[in-house]
Amino acid sequence: MASKKINQNKETSEDSNSRRDFIKKSGLFTALAFAPPTLVMASEKKWDEKIAEYLETVPLSIEVNGKKHVLNIEPRTTLLDLLREQLQLTGTKKGCDHGQCGACTVHVNGTRILSCLSLASMQQNAQVTTIEGLTKGKKLHPMQEAFIKHDGFQCGYCTPGQIMSGIACIKEGHANSREEIKEYMSGNICRCGAYHNIVDAITEVKEGGKEL
Amino acid sequence: MKNFQIIKALSSSSAVASSTKDSSVMFIAGGTNLVDLMKKNVVAPDKLIDINSLDLKKIEFLKGKTAIGALAKNSQVAEDSSIKEKHPLLALALAAGASQQIRHMATVGGNMLQRTRCSYFYNTDMPCNKRVPKSGCGAIGGVNRMHAVFGASDSCIAVHPSDMCVALAALDATVLVEGPKGKRQINFTDFHRLPGNSPEKDNTLENRELITHLEIPDHNFTKNVHYLKVRDRSSYAFALVSVAVALDLKNNTIQDVRLAMGGVAHKPWRLTETEEFLKGKTVSEETFRQAGNLSMKGARGYGDNDFKLILGTNAITEALTIAASK
Repeated sequence: MASKKINQNKETSEDSNSRRDFIKKSGLFTALAFAPPTLVMASEKKWDEKIAEYLETVPLSIEVNGKKHVLNIEPRTTLLDLLREQLQLTGTKKGCDHGQCGACTVHVNGTRILSCLSLASMQQNAQVTTIEGLTKGKKLHPMQEAFIKHDGFQCGYCTPGQIMSGIACIKEGHANSREEIKEYMSGNICRCGAYHNIVDAITEVKEGGKEL
Repeated sequence: MKNFQIIKALSSSSAVASSTKDSSVMFIAGGTNLVDLMKKNVVAPDKLIDINSLDLKKIEFLKGKTAIGALAKNSQVAEDSSIKEKHPLLALALAAGASQQIRHMATVGGNMLQRTRCSYFYNTDMPCNKRVPKSGCGAIGGVNRMHAVFGASDSCIAVHPSDMCVALAALDATVLVEGPKGKRQINFTDFHRLPGNSPEKDNTLENRELITHLEIPDHNFTKNVHYLKVRDRSSYAFALVSVAVALDLKNNTIQDVRLAMGGVAHKPWRLTETEEFLKGKTVSEETFRQAGNLSMKGARGYGDNDFKLILGTNAITEALTIAASK
């Protein structure tokens, strides 16, 4: 979605192009102040494009799995795309990209949210935990172990979201019965239908009473 | 998604001041609906004003009323122990909406302003008077299983999707807003509007106005309440029909009652005529069945949603029965 190659409808595409064109032209006017060879060089190195890109981004400081990142991002970048495309943390999955499947569930400041519906530019100084941040060294998180033990997946695509959500479900105090777990895990869809085993895994971790 | 500018507002007055008459500037709070609409190019603002830093997150229990800040999260309100005690109907309705992840993100102000989930509104290849005025309505004569049976017009048969709003309509809440002309209050039942000839307007907010609080007056509906939501799966789906019921019972006699429906109209549908019918009556299956029939008087189906007429009667009867038995 953050890609500039996105197929936009005609109207918005024109809007976007005209603003970019304006920024590019103003960038070139600045370049005109230099001697002609500089202008040629500017053109060859696509400085105009780079200036336009720079002016369309916002600074972001964010902590992901304990590591601080300071970056410039487009305001439209979602937290999901930031994690996957810019920070190379591809454990968090893009399922529907519209808040309907839960595959992109991550923890922000200790709360589970949908990273696909969250603009990264609105997560200034946030602490984010993704599936990659659960392991301690080589040791799996108890919820990861429980999913393996109880076969809480088949294809595995929804699993990172299920695990992040399952941990939060227990921490929030909503894992006191199978019915309650099902209700509070309803935002995580599993098309393979591993629901029964997912509830088993969460129940075991809850009853194990380990600090999560 | 089209790129846009984003700025952070530090006070409600500065948020209002930063906005312009141009509809290409919008406020953003939780973003659970707006970001999705932007991805689909249903709305394409040039500038967003991030209002999350405003001091509007508190739930306060004041003399005679409860004040909820517009930025309080849906989960925060649903799980607040005092809200559960004083306004259990609101807590039940909130818990029935969306998923826990979305409730953690979504604010109560944003919940009120969420757009319809009509598939013709979302699909930019289809005509929709709400999205593009005067372009036509794809739902009339189209696939309209989810659509309105009350208060619709020849322009639009979309429904408002909120659960929370159904409870707030029943509880006589008030919406506090701030705009360029200052502050004002809107009765909750006047906040959302019927489509008429201008379905592009979901509510009666004026240009650049910002919701700051919700107020709910104190009441006696703390025990015999129920929010019944009928939907295609048992959780995480929008309502086909929902019913918010609050009964004040004394020796099995209905002292006072509030009744509203969701999933049936362009706004939460308060059933005042049925409330009058029920007042003073003794709890009985027959009375509740009559209330169900009376409530659906004047309802009209559009083909695929004809089933809502019978479902509505049954849902009201069932919701009243469950509330009375609590």
